[in-house]
Amino acid sequence: MASGNRPLSPHVQVYRPQITSVLSILHRATGVFLTIGTLFLTWWLVSGLYGPEAFDTAQGFLGSWFGHLMLWGFTFSLFYHLGNGVRHLLWDFGWGFELPQLRQSGMVMVGFAVVLTLITLISAYASAGG
Amino acid sequence: MEMRSSLGRARGLGTANEGVHHWWAQKVTAIALVPLCIWFVFAVISLMGADLDTFEAWISVFGNALLMILLVLVLFYHAYIGMQVVIEDYLQGAARTAVMIATKFALFTLGVSCVIAVLWLGAWG
Ligand code: HEM
Repeated sequence: MASGNRPLSPHVQVYRPQITSVLSILHRATGVFLTIGTLFLTWWLVSGLYGPEAFDTAQGFLGSWFGHLMLWGFTFSLFYHLGNGVRHLLWDFGWGFELPQLRQSGMVMVGFAVVLTLITLISAYASAGG
Repeated sequence: MEMRSSLGRARGLGTANEGVHHWWAQKVTAIALVPLCIWFVFAVISLMGADLDTFEAWISVFGNALLMILLVLVLFYHAYIGMQVVIEDYLQGAARTAVMIATKFALFTLGVSCVIAVLWLGAWG
């Protein structure tokens, strides 16, 4: 069989969403979103090579309302992906791979991501004075 | 249904060849990223609104440059193999090859740029 005709992975829209599947696809979505975020990380670091004005432009963009919105999105995505990544690692060690535990650790993890995002935002605004 | 290509069968390649290496690398990078990303969040908060002089002073500290480069290397490697899996799942044929090559070139270039920037600003900034 030619490798071009192999079936692709099941498309998500044919399944009824369940907490397990929604959390799982979100892991992928946040992973891709964070990968897009590496563009901004690179811009931020490299802008310094082009001098103080270029660096200020990058810092200014990240400090604008749109930059902040983006950074909140990256912060939540990071904590979500991190929390769910740890769940993945625990499953690999054979822990928590039963349906009730999957649902429970899923809820805990979403709570963890929300709380850590809020703590990060609060400390960021507190340390910057707004 | 036979899921392997003729070439894959001839070479005796199943999913446990390159696949297991990537799977393992994804896990190892994931473990390393937990402390590195938490450190990075603190670092970004402390650098919000900083000017270039402040940033250069910060990145000239050996520990900061080291952690930053470790973060960049591990993060880009993790994203590199992660994106490969995502692309393999949704695309095939010429589109898969094109997107795969473009993504890998882009991630590699971005990663190298970050490392150069950290070294440069840290040493000569
Ligand atoms: C904070 C620490 C992180 C942890 C613990 C972590 C953990 C993981 C794990 C365990 C996987 C594999 C999931 C699976 O087996 O299906 C994964 C996939 C992935 N990660 Fe991360 N990750 C982290 C940070 C990041 C960052 C910063 C990025 C982007 C720059 C990223 C991008 C990706 C991508 C693109 C995938 C593939 C998604 C998929 O196959 O569905 N990760 N991550």
